[in-house]
Amino acid sequence: MKVVKIEKNRWEAGLDALRAAYRLFGPVKAKEGHEPKELDQGEIPDYNMLNTRLSPKAIAFPQSEDILEFSLDPNVEDHHIMKEVAGDLTPRAVIGMRPCDARAMALLDLNFDTAEYKDPYWIKAYEATTFVGLACDSPYTTCFCTTAGCGPYHEQGLDVLLTDNGDHYLGKALTDKGQALLDSAGWNDAGDGESVFADKKAAAEAKIVSAIETDKLRDADTLALHGAPFWEDVSFACINCGTCTFLCPTCWCFDLQDEVRGKSGKRLKNWDSCMFPLFTLHTTGHNPRGTKLQRVRQRFMHKLKYFVDKYDTGTMCVGCGRCVRQCPVNIDIRKVCDLLNSHAAVDSCVAEG
Amino acid sequence: MLGYADKMKEVSRRLLKECKVEVLIGFRQGSMPMMNEPCFVKSDADVDQLVWDSNCGINLSNYLTNRQEEKIGIFAKGCDSRNIVTHILENKIKREQLVIIGVPCQGMLDRRKINALIDGEITAVTEDEKGVRVQGTDFDQTFAKDELLQDNCRICHHPNPVIHDEMLAEPVAETPDVDRYADVRAIEEMTPAEKKQHFDDLLAPCIRCYACRNACPLCYCPTCFVDESKPQWVGKGQEMVNIRTFHFLRAYHCAGRCTDCGACERACPVGISMRQFTKKLEKDAKELFDWEAGMSLDIRPALDTYQPGDPDEFIK
Amino acid sequence: MQNPYLPYPVRIDELEVATEDKSLKTFKFVFLNEGDEEKFAYQAGQFAELSVPGVGEIPIGIASSPVEKGFVKFTVFKAGVVTSHMHAMQAGDVMGIRGPLGNWYPWDMLEGKNILIVGGGFAFTTLRSSIIYMLDPANRGRFGNIDVIYGARTPGMLLYKDELVEWEKRDDINVHLTIDAPVEGWDYNVGFVPPVTEEKAPEADKDTYAIVCGPPVMIKFTLPVLEKLGYTDDQIIMSLENRMKCGFGMCGRCGIGKELVCKDGPVFTLGELNKTPREH
Repeated sequence: MKVVKIEKNRWEAGLDALRAAYRLFGPVKAKEGHEPKELDQGEIPDYNMLNTRLSPKAIAFPQSEDILEFSLDPNVEDHHIMKEVAGDLTPRAVIGMRPCDARAMALLDLNFDTAEYKDPYWIKAYEATTFVGLACDSPYTTCFCTTAGCGPYHEQGLDVLLTDNGDHYLGKALTDKGQALLDSAGWNDAGDGESVFADKKAAAEAKIVSAIETDKLRDADTLALHGAPFWEDVSFACINCGTCTFLCPTCWCFDLQDEVRGKSGKRLKNWDSCMFPLFTLHTTGHNPRGTKLQRVRQRFMHKLKYFVDKYDTGTMCVGCGRCVRQCPVNIDIRKVCDLLNSHAAVDSCVAEG
Repeated sequence: MLGYADKMKEVSRRLLKECKVEVLIGFRQGSMPMMNEPCFVKSDADVDQLVWDSNCGINLSNYLTNRQEEKIGIFAKGCDSRNIVTHILENKIKREQLVIIGVPCQGMLDRRKINALIDGEITAVTEDEKGVRVQGTDFDQTFAKDELLQDNCRICHHPNPVIHDEMLAEPVAETPDVDRYADVRAIEEMTPAEKKQHFDDLLAPCIRCYACRNACPLCYCPTCFVDESKPQWVGKGQEMVNIRTFHFLRAYHCAGRCTDCGACERACPVGISMRQFTKKLEKDAKELFDWEAGMSLDIRPALDTYQPGDPDEFIK
Repeated sequence: MQNPYLPYPVRIDELEVATEDKSLKTFKFVFLNEGDEEKFAYQAGQFAELSVPGVGEIPIGIASSPVEKGFVKFTVFKAGVVTSHMHAMQAGDVMGIRGPLGNWYPWDMLEGKNILIVGGGFAFTTLRSSIIYMLDPANRGRFGNIDVIYGARTPGMLLYKDELVEWEKRDDINVHLTIDAPVEGWDYNVGFVPPVTEEKAPEADKDTYAIVCGPPVMIKFTLPVLEKLGYTDDQIIMSLENRMKCGFGMCGRCGIGKELVCKDGPVFTLGELNKTPREH
């Protein structure tokens, strides 16, 4: 697909043209930092940022979503019978998400769209969305995407990849959906950009100063990692809040809850967190992950081992660094990953004899 | 606080060697600017991990709750020490389990405020006699430390530990005349409608991660009311009524107990100033009962005792 | 797209108290919509989410058997919010069920094998489903010897007593019932499940498999007995419980390592479980 050149003085007009066909989402400056938000009429995404504080996963996996509705009024026909909430499935587009977050959405898709079961709320929202990435030319020092299966110009999960090239953007349509968006915006001036993309990609990748090592995780013994001696040290500082899981673009765990007002009720799908004791509490009071150590271990083992084993597509971490930056007590997944990877190596040495 | 580290290691080594403590709770160097990680040290070899600087804002007394060791060493700044007192009064730890190493506190840096200085990234924050040097994307500036302190530190009345077995240094000067409640009074003067709007705006970014609660040494309930499930007390969705209920009730649970250590605001990933709630209650406790939390092991807290002269107008 | 969150509407056709302490009730549901029963086609060992609008959902093993048509049955212990609410419901009330969910006892693999069933307390529900399934004239010839050891605290705490008595009389199944302490009029075994297993269960050979379902303490002491009787870890089949919400492998909470109890289980061999973290 061809590369188009979008003059910045035509950016706003293009966005306005898109608004006729899409609900637009993009990064907006909040009180502190940037957040992914639905754009108001005339509102322009603000790219004067490194990345948004929250990930854009909520576009297809909202923190709280009505999924079923029902009436408890015996006078209503069909009372107590649950019905699907249709939701707003008009086309929407995220304008300017980071490539790491797009890969994260593709990983979420592995969970919500399976051969046996399909989450219609995720799938319909994901399909209704066109993902326009803005390549990442100035990453955080805590970003480690290039060793976490993606990179600042990674294309997976995106329909269009943009790069900021001074007075203009260069845009690369990656899918038909992406091409349709460019057409719809009227952004179709040919730009001779393939080489610019390649050069900028190399320059951006060189700016990623942080790395993890994951090569030994796949072959490592699950129970050896689970029983490794470092978990007490890793988990000591943890306060078991949900910050890492809620900010993480790949954390997909959720809760189902019923809420009733008067005689009408709804069932909600809410974000949940493996950090919370209630997540696994049995009715009997027994809790298989009742301690902080067990919960911290679960989060890291899920991302760095269980997921690796289950899907064979790398770790369930795209290296966005949000958990590193926002953890109130500075628990750092890069350190934990290295501990796991080097423990795996030690373990295999022992096994080899 | 510069220069505490050597003394800290010396004291730690001695306490471990003399078997005065089995474990020491302190901080180790974090992996990011302005972040240190709470850690435990059990052996001489690990003592070198310990650090102390202006990024030790986490309240370490939070790590004492129901600990079983017979002897625990803990580094405590003024607010930490007051929460240790509260912990002892509330039977979360025994005084005789503790060796409290007091750290006179010169205030902690506000990492949110510093991060918000630029749209790019803060890459280094260093401190010397001249002030605090902040470096970031196209940014290099030195500030007077006072400008970059956490709000609670700027108005702190008790920077020195109120209880200790050792001290790392001579007490720092205290500033008892600082007005602690200017922001609370501003809210008190609002109309009910303005207050509601103010609080709704304040709480709008909340994602219910409970970092504020979990960073708080007072919030040690085995099951928090928002986690009660049999029956469930609070809705789990993102309606403002649920968010408000959580923050307001949590604040009330902290009434007469909060030391304004600022751990809640420091932990919040979305920048909510929830100290506005706890400070209002702190102000009330002060005005109604002349009570400041955690100042003495010998006086029962205002809200768990009764005095004939207690004000009662609010009951009518 | 089939919505896996959307329950089939059902009506409570009958509900009866299942044990003398009234802590268990058996619900017989009929589907409100034609065709839903066919869509709910299940195997013995699977479970479903019982869904009470406005209250919530609870994962419960299916107690009826695939060979029983026209209804589905669940025996529900009153424990939490949803089950307590269900115990107060009446015949005729409408609610929902989602499923069938999870895997099942490996009936294809078990074909031609001798089956030992060891059950305790109210974990007998999917075992009942399994026994009814195996005893069905169309299926009985597919399996070898069937031994059942089932224990409860008292005679009144045994589930499905009428059926137990009937099975006792048959010669194509060996039923060994037991209660904790002697009671007048009780003609069967007395003692906990593990010693009764040691005494009555057939020794293992390569064609004998054990299905074990019961409270943790029963499992804990029964497994060594089975080992002593020669059952290998791959010949011991168990059904796990964990807190669940979605029931189809997405919400994440019931994971034990990379396995999700709701979707990859609830049925695992002991051999499989030994490879996973014990987080259940």
